[in-house]
Amino acid sequence: MPEPSFIFGQFVGGLTASMFLFVTAVGLSLIFGVLRVLNFAHGSLYMLGAYLAWQIMNWLGPGPEHFWLAALGSAVVVAGIGAAIERLLFRHLYGREELYQLLFTYALVLVLADVCKIVWGTQQLSVSRPLSLSGGTTIFGTLVPHYNLFIIVLGPALALALWLLLHRSPAGRIIRAAVLDREMLGALGANVGWIYTGMFALGAFLAGLGGALVTPVKTIVPGMDVEVIVEVFIIVVIGGLGSMWGTFLGAVVFGQVLAFGILLMPRFSIFSVFALMAIILIVRPWGLLGRRLTR
Amino acid sequence: MKRIPWTLVVFAVAFFVPWLGSRFYTFIATDVAILALFALSLNLLLGYTGLVSFGHAAYFGIGAYTSAIMMKTLGLPFWLAWPAAGLAGGLFALVFGFFCVRLTKIYFAMLTLAFAQIVWAVCFKWNDVTGGEQGMPNVPYPSLGWMAAIPGLDGFRVGDRFYLLTLTLVAIAVAALRRIVASPFGRILTLIRENPERAEFIGIDVRRYQLAAFSIAGIFAGLAGSLFGIFNRGVFPDFAYWTKSAEVLIMTILGGMGHFWGPAVGAAALTILNLQITAYTEYWPLILGSILILLLFAFPGGLVGTTVDLARRLRGGTRGNGGRDARRP
Repeated sequence: MPEPSFIFGQFVGGLTASMFLFVTAVGLSLIFGVLRVLNFAHGSLYMLGAYLAWQIMNWLGPGPEHFWLAALGSAVVVAGIGAAIERLLFRHLYGREELYQLLFTYALVLVLADVCKIVWGTQQLSVSRPLSLSGGTTIFGTLVPHYNLFIIVLGPALALALWLLLHRSPAGRIIRAAVLDREMLGALGANVGWIYTGMFALGAFLAGLGGALVTPVKTIVPGMDVEVIVEVFIIVVIGGLGSMWGTFLGAVVFGQVLAFGILLMPRFSIFSVFALMAIILIVRPWGLLGRRLTR
Repeated sequence: MKRIPWTLVVFAVAFFVPWLGSRFYTFIATDVAILALFALSLNLLLGYTGLVSFGHAAYFGIGAYTSAIMMKTLGLPFWLAWPAAGLAGGLFALVFGFFCVRLTKIYFAMLTLAFAQIVWAVCFKWNDVTGGEQGMPNVPYPSLGWMAAIPGLDGFRVGDRFYLLTLTLVAIAVAALRRIVASPFGRILTLIRENPERAEFIGIDVRRYQLAAFSIAGIFAGLAGSLFGIFNRGVFPDFAYWTKSAEVLIMTILGGMGHFWGPAVGAAALTILNLQITAYTEYWPLILGSILILLLFAFPGGLVGTTVDLARRLRGGTRGNGGRDARRP
């Protein structure tokens, strides 16, 4: 039996990973909920967010709290890029088969990956932690960096904020209506086109934010796009595509399965999350907390 | 006037590629032949049955690993390893497909992707058997010494001999695929693609037919994977990764899934373009992505579909529908 403090350490590590991924995953889930398309390019927007955060840090120069500006700024820019992609290209594919939409988002993966390579090269880049969160605290014998604690708090806070947006605001009411029946919403006179653009921008914002926030703990490298999309994809499938709390639960499950899977099967922990995803798809295709699609 | 048997002409011309004497041409031709088979196998699902599989690389990878393990680790001959690769691809497709065909549309695509990622993860981590992240380099060529006995082939390099073997085997496999889609079984698959509910009404067990199509596609993908592993001089986990599944989808769409030969044309176009462009720039993905975007917006029928459509219009006939008549009659 391993020591309790060790188990706690694994738990916190898993939770940190969960919450980092939740920020990005919830964006993918929201986009799917409204637009009904699986956006492979979500990982690319995440990578773009990471590179842009580094770039803005570089422009601002060294400053203890510039990180927050950089993270927020990069997320806003990525949101703008997302909105542009939706307005200029993606909307022309809405009437087409899902296959074409999937392939379009994959084409974006290819293009954005190379654009990042052209602009920032292939070397590893890194961003230092903001000074205010540089320390750490020992909890139950495990040293937890303050930055990780911040992320662990940010995850639920973000979930709550999104819940408030979706369930307690006029805009949220329209978005939820779009999830349920977009044709009817259009017939009732809502401007569905701008709702889609807005959702895509919000999803892109979250992808960019997720990418920017991860820079202090992970180096920025080409290939992080393809890697992260697989992870957030598993999360949203486990939790239920289009479900916000489902994504939260999915992220927590993903983090813990990975953290404790390493203890039980050191080599095959990555296998266990894919297997979990396959089982969920077989038993409950709409995910743990998702809603069964009627169409 | 009798119709020209273009298929035979193409294979006959392809057969003489090694006589050009260029190692490079033989290399391209082998690559194209194998990937054409892979893309054609996917089209049995995509174009004929209407199933969007986003994990077809799994069976390609399984075939590649099966024959590599048999030939390199166990030292078995190619003529045993090749059918075994097809069998393994088909068996795994049967097991995975059993679950996949129960789901509809986007969930089907996601589950095929999930299974492919499982295959990838196992190949990536099972060091003792698959070589893990490093893959299995130096898969041996089949023994092709017997070809020297054939007049005219005695001076050929092993790469040329392997090409002739590949072309012959691919031709047999493609002929079999063609027979399958033209058979009553193939017609039922088309019916299922067009209207699954209606197929159900007239007493067809839709899931069973979809599963059969899925397994057959797995067999041919496995056969292609086996050849590719040998051609590539090594087998790597990337063979089963989701980006590989996307690549073969692109080939199929680029060529046009509404026509039997579309995917083969797509495989040839993409492979040759890749080799040409990578000579000038390292940014092949950027160009591929741009081509794909252009294709999706401007030529949804793919290369073959667009050409067929154009030819029809030039002949002054009625306006075609982008070569998608096989999909939507």
